[in-house]
Amino acid sequence: MKPFTYERAADARAAVKAAAETPGARFIAGGTNLLDLMKLEIEAPQHLIDVSRLPMAAIEAEGEGLRIGAMATNSQVAGHAEVRRRYPVLTQAIVSGASGQLRNRATTGGNLMQRTRCPYFYDASKPCNKREPGAGCAALEGVSRETAILGASHACVAVHPSDMAVALVALDAEVETLTPSGEARRFPLMELHRLPGETPHLETHLIPGELITAVVLPPPPEGGQRYRKARDRASYATAHASIAVAGGKVALGGVAHKPWRAVTAEAALAAGASPDEAMTAELAEAQAIGENAFKLPLTARLGAATIREARGETP
Amino acid sequence: MSSVNDWAGPNPVKDNRSGLIGKGVDRYEGPLKVTGTAPYAYEVQPPSPPAYGVMVGATVATGRITGVDIAEAEAAPGVLLVWTHRNVPAQPAKGTRKHPRSTAGSKPALESDRVAYFGQPVALVVADTLENATAAARLVRLTYDAASPDVDFAARKAGAGQPPGEEDVEIGNFGEGFAASAVQLDETWTTPIQNHCQMEPCASLAWWEGDRCIAHTSIQMVKPAQHGLAETLGIDRDDVRLMTRYIGGGFGGKGQTYDDLTLAALAARALGRPVKVAFTRQQMMHGTIHRPATVQRVRLGADRDGRLNAFSLMTWTHCHRDGAFTEHASNFARTLYAAPNRLTGHRLVKLDLPGAGPMRAPGEASGTLSLECAMDELAERLGLDPVELRIRNEPPVDPENGRPFSQRQLVRCLKEGAQLFGWDRRLPTPGQVRDGRWLVGYGMAAAIRGNFLLPAKCSFSVDDDGVITVRQGMTDIGTGTYTVLAQIAAETLGVPLGQVRVEIGDSELPPAPGSGGQFGAATAGSAALMAGMNLRKAIAELATGDAESPLHGGDPAKIVFQDGVVGIENRSETLAGLIRRAAPGGLTVEGEIRPASDMREWSQQTYGAHFCEVGVDPVTGEVRVRRMLGVFAAGRIINAKTARSQLTGGMIWGAASALTEGNPVDPRYGSLLGQDLAQYLVPVQADIGEVEAIMLDEVDDKANPMGIKGVGELGNSGSGAAVANAIYNACGVRVREYPITPDKLLAGLIARGL
Amino acid sequence: MRTTITVNGEARALDIDPRTTLLDALREHLKLTGAKKGCDHGQCGACTVLVNGTRINACLSLAVMHDGDEVTTIEGLGTPEKLHPMQQAFLSEDAYQCGYCTPGQICSAVGMLAEVEAGLPSHATADVAQPAAVDGAEIRERMSGNICRCSAYPQIVAAIEAVAGGKA
Repeated sequence: MKPFTYERAADARAAVKAAAETPGARFIAGGTNLLDLMKLEIEAPQHLIDVSRLPMAAIEAEGEGLRIGAMATNSQVAGHAEVRRRYPVLTQAIVSGASGQLRNRATTGGNLMQRTRCPYFYDASKPCNKREPGAGCAALEGVSRETAILGASHACVAVHPSDMAVALVALDAEVETLTPSGEARRFPLMELHRLPGETPHLETHLIPGELITAVVLPPPPEGGQRYRKARDRASYATAHASIAVAGGKVALGGVAHKPWRAVTAEAALAAGASPDEAMTAELAEAQAIGENAFKLPLTARLGAATIREARGETP
Repeated sequence: MSSVNDWAGPNPVKDNRSGLIGKGVDRYEGPLKVTGTAPYAYEVQPPSPPAYGVMVGATVATGRITGVDIAEAEAAPGVLLVWTHRNVPAQPAKGTRKHPRSTAGSKPALESDRVAYFGQPVALVVADTLENATAAARLVRLTYDAASPDVDFAARKAGAGQPPGEEDVEIGNFGEGFAASAVQLDETWTTPIQNHCQMEPCASLAWWEGDRCIAHTSIQMVKPAQHGLAETLGIDRDDVRLMTRYIGGGFGGKGQTYDDLTLAALAARALGRPVKVAFTRQQMMHGTIHRPATVQRVRLGADRDGRLNAFSLMTWTHCHRDGAFTEHASNFARTLYAAPNRLTGHRLVKLDLPGAGPMRAPGEASGTLSLECAMDELAERLGLDPVELRIRNEPPVDPENGRPFSQRQLVRCLKEGAQLFGWDRRLPTPGQVRDGRWLVGYGMAAAIRGNFLLPAKCSFSVDDDGVITVRQGMTDIGTGTYTVLAQIAAETLGVPLGQVRVEIGDSELPPAPGSGGQFGAATAGSAALMAGMNLRKAIAELATGDAESPLHGGDPAKIVFQDGVVGIENRSETLAGLIRRAAPGGLTVEGEIRPASDMREWSQQTYGAHFCEVGVDPVTGEVRVRRMLGVFAAGRIINAKTARSQLTGGMIWGAASALTEGNPVDPRYGSLLGQDLAQYLVPVQADIGEVEAIMLDEVDDKANPMGIKGVGELGNSGSGAAVANAIYNACGVRVREYPITPDKLLAGLIARGL
Repeated sequence: MRTTITVNGEARALDIDPRTTLLDALREHLKLTGAKKGCDHGQCGACTVLVNGTRINACLSLAVMHDGDEVTTIEGLGTPEKLHPMQQAFLSEDAYQCGYCTPGQICSAVGMLAEVEAGLPSHATADVAQPAAVDGAEIRERMSGNICRCSAYPQIVAAIEAVAGGKA
């Protein structure tokens, strides 16, 4: 790791103020992805602002919904009685990611901010537009099994690795933040992450130095919920494809640069299409770049089966 | 010259008076391992605080280093030295053997400007702390004149030649036999590059005591490491003491030393303080050897009753440009099944990939993945049960050379395994069994792995407290060596296990070949038995010749050793009492084992049969191993507990080969895609259901004086094929390109309309 | 930076580089080498320790972030002379071979059983709204963050079942 200075933030306002005033500053909470990348010098902050002890870990009712503090760990969220009872798709998504140890440390805010596991992103000897804008994308013509089939660009074919975020997107979650100027913002989680376009190094719409303070869930939608994930290993592996279903809402993981809200499939389902037809419609624009071609049928099949399962039908 | 007949007489292991042989006693070093107090190489506390070395790997696969800028690294905080090929201390050229009997030659680190593989160590930074060394290592600026790497195995396969000094082996006339066969099978399988992924990355710690280098490293073989390091340092072999007390997994990948050892020793000398150097997990993937990829063509010709008339397994594989290692995936097949017309051989192509080398059950692990699936396919074409097909092709003698088998209980393994597993419940037509969302299938395969005995020595001491100390330059890489040596010593000298000490993993100790090729227990254990018998003799002579002993004047041959007491009929005294009085300070003797000159008149193998139940999710192509059972015949078992663990571990390795393990090459860069344990997937707990290993009673009196054989690799032979066959039985899809990941299986499932 | 961490019940004052991970602080500064470095990236679990009773990967945490925390390492669970029940179960069931992943497995198993006791769900829990059972499938899923390359997996499950069964 490159040398950095470290401070523990006294409160959220002090944290964003410090971030605004210190060049090269980054927030650290669980650190499970940031330190991973810092060890490879893919991330090299000059200053770390430790927000892990900020009193933002509460999970509490907000109206008919639920407010999850950004510092609540993945395990705390997955294990929370209200989440398990009313938002089981979120629990299912969280416990299908990473490992018990990582989930005990990783936070809600950090999970949303985690970066791709694309092997070319992790190997600093290879060109990557995320690491070095303009360098090119080694994955585009490389070993491409785990790359995106939706919303990719010629600059980047990486996928977002989060399971949790896929469920949150299907649940219509909102994100609360504190901007560097100390202003609170709230916007749909669907609008947090970007598609790669020409600027894959820009992964979210957050202003530099903006801190996620909470995720807010509206009341759960009518209908069943289910999260499923297909992967090489039975556990502790990223998704080839995953799907969150919450009532009529559908989101996909492992297939795009961001958690993918399947609006086309949702519209089709709302219009009475079968789960298979809905998934086919969603994937009409999907594009394979070689070895990832299997993700098209996989996503379609897994998606349709999971929608049926959420409805209580035979998958 | 020695003969296996010399081993025929009784000995304490065969007699097993205390019943310790075969008993599943807990591991000798277990209390240290489960409390985290067994120090692995990087964890040994040196006499003064160590400096930390971090290596830098090449970022190109082939070419020359043209520019070196170490100024920034040298100026970084805490940095003590920065070396590249330009300023590393001079070392004798690669392969130099100043001492004629060195078991390894010089292995210079940072030898030249030549880059021969991606990730090759090309610089070393040593600093006061690990953090400073790690950060400064990234400041070493190297520029390369990179050539285009020649790494495309599939493309280069056509030009592959015979491995050095090898020829195809043909018996009868394969071509004619195959053509004349009523039922023919001709299919090709591929296996990928695999990485050992030992949990402990390679690591070394070295310091100097005057002109003497003390080195702790993580290695399977002590002597070649000691000799190689001495040659590299240009010093006398006795001036290197090499220790490896605890090793965090080897699997063949630590059968050789790497630059961490050389650089730790050189830097410790240059700095006059201890230095430790470890590979990072990422560096392990390219910087140490791997199991090479193979292409295997299997041709089977049989009559309608399933008797093989023609049989061929041809293997194409690759090794490093400077290497000669061959993955002998066809060799085992020469012994497995009867057929009058046989053709086997290998083709090797040299590539600019990192070094290929042995990995758990080299040859068998890869080769059974083709042949044992081919047999399954043939059985289906014949309408025969796969177990029955194998039984029908059971040879009376080794089909390749006509030698008698020392022991061969393959058929018993097959039959008992089938019964224990419930094989009769298997439906031969695929895709018939469902359990919830899973399609369920059964598969089986045979297992075979060679047995070996190498020369080894061992010393036994007894002290004034009657404690027996076993000393041997042997290693325990998790195989159970400490424990089986303790059992042999306790049984041989008739003392409780708690009265035995075992010291291994040190070049100062009597030499043994180390751990590899599943020869460890037989080799080290036989030397221990010999040393123990010599100590019995010395104690017997001491007692019967000592006027103060109640045994005085007795026949030394009649002495019984039991419960810490030596006795003849009703006369006895404690071992401790005898030694304290008659040999104060204790006795030490050596023993030695050598292979018998006539051993190879018998075909010696270990055998087994695997049975497996898998679930296949027809929607996603995901596979889960629900149940595995192996039945094995591998000579006398010294420790039922550690042997079972070796076997079940090997079985899981096979399952991993079938399902997840493979490291793709990116031909543009000459590098492997999987550079950590998130990309290269070894199995996790959730991947593996119930696994059981059964060991048949067997004594192989042609193997060694104890009649034992190895089990460390046998479990890994054939188990992957059993998984692949179970997948077919579950869903009707054959994937011949390992590993059988969801992407590949899904294509077949869709094609079958599932 | 000055940091005080309570390790195995003893307050340990450290003056430490902010870059030092909790794992390296334990291994290189406090000479507690029981927690192992298998991957240094949270991919193997060999470094698992308990922080304030919860299992985490010590390699993906900075020591300075643990000021005031209570850390329990494998050395704090038991000694060769006085084994913790989980250590004894690993010994009896032969739930290890090379031993390198073992301290992490044992710390993880202890932390994992506490999670089950607290009723936390896992990927193996059929109905996440209900408390999970301690069965083989649950143990396998929950222990999947600890890789054992020797593949002592069946023996590890047996060891944990023995301890969990003893508690019930």
